[in-house]
Amino acid sequence: MSNTENKNVIDGYEPVIGLEVHAQLVTRTKIFCGCENKYGAEPNTLTCPVCLGLPGALPTLNMQAVEYGIKMILALGGEVRQRSIFSRKNYFYPDLPKGYQISQFDLPIGEGGVIAIDVDGVTKDLGVTRLHLEDDAGKSLHPEGSGDKYSRIDLNRCGAPLIEIVSEPDMRSPQEAYAYLSKVKQILQYVGVCTGDMEKGHLRCDANISVRPVGQEKFGTKTELKNMNSFKGVERALNFEISRQIKTLKEGGSISQQTLLWDEKKQVAVAMRSKEEANDYRYFPEPDLTPLLVSDSWLEEVRESLPELPNARASRFVTEYGIPEYDAGVLTDTRHLAEYFEAVAKKSADGKLASNWIMGELSRYANGGEFDFAAPHVTADDIAHVIGEVKAQRISASFGKQALKELVAEKKALSEIDFAGNQMMSDTGEIESIIKNVISANAEPLERYLAGNVKLIGFFVGLIMKETKGKADPALVNKILREKLESRRT
Amino acid sequence: MMDTTIYKALTVSQIREGLLAKEFTAVELAEAALSLAESEGQELNCFITLCSEKALKQAAAVDEKIVLGRELGRLAGVPVALKDNMSYMDYPTTCASHILEGYVPPYNATVVDRLIAADAVIIGKTNMDEFAMGSSNENSYYGPAINPVNHTCATGGSSGGSAAAVAAGIVTLSLGSDTGGSVRKPAAFCGVQGMKPTYGAVSRYGLIAFASSLDQIGPFARNSADLSALLSVITGQDEFDSTSIDFDHPDYVASISESPDPMRIGWPTECFGEGVDAEVLGALEELKKQLEEAGHTFVDISLKNLHAGIACYYVVATAEASSNLARFDGVKYGLREGDDSDLLAMYRQTRGKGFGAEVKRRIMLGTYVLSAGYYDAYYLKSMKVRRVITEELNEVFNKVDVLLTPTTPTPAFCIGDKTGDPLAMYLSDVFTVIANLAGTPGISIPAGKVESGLPIGAQFLGKRFDDARVLQIAHQAEKLLR
Repeated sequence: MSNTENKNVIDGYEPVIGLEVHAQLVTRTKIFCGCENKYGAEPNTLTCPVCLGLPGALPTLNMQAVEYGIKMILALGGEVRQRSIFSRKNYFYPDLPKGYQISQFDLPIGEGGVIAIDVDGVTKDLGVTRLHLEDDAGKSLHPEGSGDKYSRIDLNRCGAPLIEIVSEPDMRSPQEAYAYLSKVKQILQYVGVCTGDMEKGHLRCDANISVRPVGQEKFGTKTELKNMNSFKGVERALNFEISRQIKTLKEGGSISQQTLLWDEKKQVAVAMRSKEEANDYRYFPEPDLTPLLVSDSWLEEVRESLPELPNARASRFVTEYGIPEYDAGVLTDTRHLAEYFEAVAKKSADGKLASNWIMGELSRYANGGEFDFAAPHVTADDIAHVIGEVKAQRISASFGKQALKELVAEKKALSEIDFAGNQMMSDTGEIESIIKNVISANAEPLERYLAGNVKLIGFFVGLIMKETKGKADPALVNKILREKLESRRT
Repeated sequence: MMDTTIYKALTVSQIREGLLAKEFTAVELAEAALSLAESEGQELNCFITLCSEKALKQAAAVDEKIVLGRELGRLAGVPVALKDNMSYMDYPTTCASHILEGYVPPYNATVVDRLIAADAVIIGKTNMDEFAMGSSNENSYYGPAINPVNHTCATGGSSGGSAAAVAAGIVTLSLGSDTGGSVRKPAAFCGVQGMKPTYGAVSRYGLIAFASSLDQIGPFARNSADLSALLSVITGQDEFDSTSIDFDHPDYVASISESPDPMRIGWPTECFGEGVDAEVLGALEELKKQLEEAGHTFVDISLKNLHAGIACYYVVATAEASSNLARFDGVKYGLREGDDSDLLAMYRQTRGKGFGAEVKRRIMLGTYVLSAGYYDAYYLKSMKVRRVITEELNEVFNKVDVLLTPTTPTPAFCIGDKTGDPLAMYLSDVFTVIANLAGTPGISIPAGKVESGLPIGAQFLGKRFDDARVLQIAHQAEKLLR
């Protein structure tokens, strides 16, 4: 793409963005002790000597966390380093009771990988540099304006397992960063290792951002953005910082390497005091843990346990169920939705109909909070049954929708739905006699119809459907009605 | 009340026999130990905390087992002391530091659980160099421990209190921790046996860390049979310590009872040269002669990298210590200084007042060697040197079964003699640190006395996981020297 066409260029500058994503793993226990790994418990109740960092306590590695890390790097198409080591990252903070974080530094468990994004119909592959395992710190609560003069510390989160996914500086716009984050979240959820909930802090993101004059190969000086609490927040913070950097450079200033904190309320990024960021983490190998070894057989086992990933699944849906690419993209948005769709499609043996009903009716209920694909209260079999009845023209589409409403919104059982009483009327003789009666009872509209107001056919259809309680096959009704009306002309 | 002279000489097996023969009760033993700890122990300043209440309960439980005819644990009724860096629930664990004032661990170290399971009676927590940093036990917030052999002398460190308590007969057994010689050195200075097992043989869970990759808990006793009994109880893999190792070894007590097969014993020429006290050299030569007469063969070997051990050790150990001691920040437990409005000032004042001079010196050294720009030159270089030293030692053990060296270049020095010269103090660890760097076992046994009456320590070093062999040769040497 030539520079003149590059829509990411602003005032002759091109942004260069890299992201660091922290994802909290949904393991049963914490990464280095047996405490429950759970959100929302009473403060400081999910703790033990190990995660409290009490003198003498030692870490032992939770292999489920390792497995999740392996799953994720494989899902990203990266490589697993079969001998990785943990290191200590040293810094003082009240919510870090050991005085260091146990992380991976020069030899992380995962390296490489690619995340494919789609922005405005243009696809792009973004590189993943590395993935490593580490423990989370506790939570400092600074109760502003509450009259409490103390900061409070909750160590429940301390020792929660995290993976950090570091991207290459491959993104060229905040939109690309947003798309990257969405994709990371989607894959995390697909693989089933993280809830992806950014509000609860299960997913956190820091960004490295620099700008360079178009055509320049060398990266500009970067700054680091922290404290964004949503994907949109990341996008907004990046837009703010890009503008700031370009403005600074245009005015002849220079960018200094620093960390900025995004203030969502004020919509500005503010530089941290240099005292706060002047950290030398003094990384060195964690002597309390032995090197982490991943055997060939374990690696294969984990590889085989990986679910089909969204992009692969979407292409398969297109070929296997004959649905449009757009539909396949929507239906593979989450693993639960995709699995639900596939179950309905298989059972109903009609992918297109399954797709229409799920993307239409069912998604409407899902968006309204009345249905959850992750925890469906109506089985795919039941939905497939309704679709099957409609497809076989035993019930009308409108009763199909009614049936769905009763199943989903009214939480009725399939057996409670009156399919028998709502069989579509397909007996020509019966329909003919109803049509005759309706025409006879409406002489005046008939006159107008015959006089040329053919739109009145709708009026007659309405009456007939009302008479048949919606059970008549609308196509059949239209056909016979037209014949009968036209026969009155002679 | 039990006769003190009789009590002080009791061995582990004599205690068992005496208990079963109802010559004395476990409570009587505990009372004797506690009473001595309060009298002589106070004089020697070898205890920081006495655990009287639990000790008497543990002893009473042993007596009850005897009455009921229940099976007794391996150390039933044996009075034991713990270095005060091992967590013992409900009792202060101070590491002889002001910064841990008021801290009471809510859990037991694995070794403590094992002692209790073996029916041992834990008498008290012993004095030590602050955070095990020192070679003389003079760096204690609670003052130096006193050498029972000569009250003007240092006990050696850092497990000085544990060595002194056993040497004075206050307890039969004790545990110390050895990071660069901290068990073997005070054993040598006080005239008892002390061992550093293979790294990973004994769980470190609950041991307050000084230098995690070097620290190893080890036993003190007055003879190798008792030492073996204690080691048997505390050895074993622990699910709470990832660096603990499961390895095959014979029962240590059973294996020393037989005469060992003739061994090839290495005599590292670098350990018998300049700087080593003449009387120490003489005693080692004498031991060599006796072992040769007993059928063992001596081989002169060279440890060319021995001289690099101290420098390497003080980089690795201080680096790890600077990180291990970061948690003592006044936030959650122990000392807190400064006012509540300034976090940084609170950190500074707490750590400034809470740590002693030697601990601060090592934290600064360790912070320095890990700092950006210095890491490669110091820490990384030291890790390489450590590998070279380890490989050299492994190479030597391809040729010989064990090594014999002096434990320390000189016998115990006087309290105050070396405190002004940290480097001279550091150099007194020259023969012991290599075992920590290489993770190999080592033992110090008394090998006679210098003319002034101070004990001389002889050290046997073995290859990794060869703890049994080290004990065998120590046991034979003990018999020969008797």
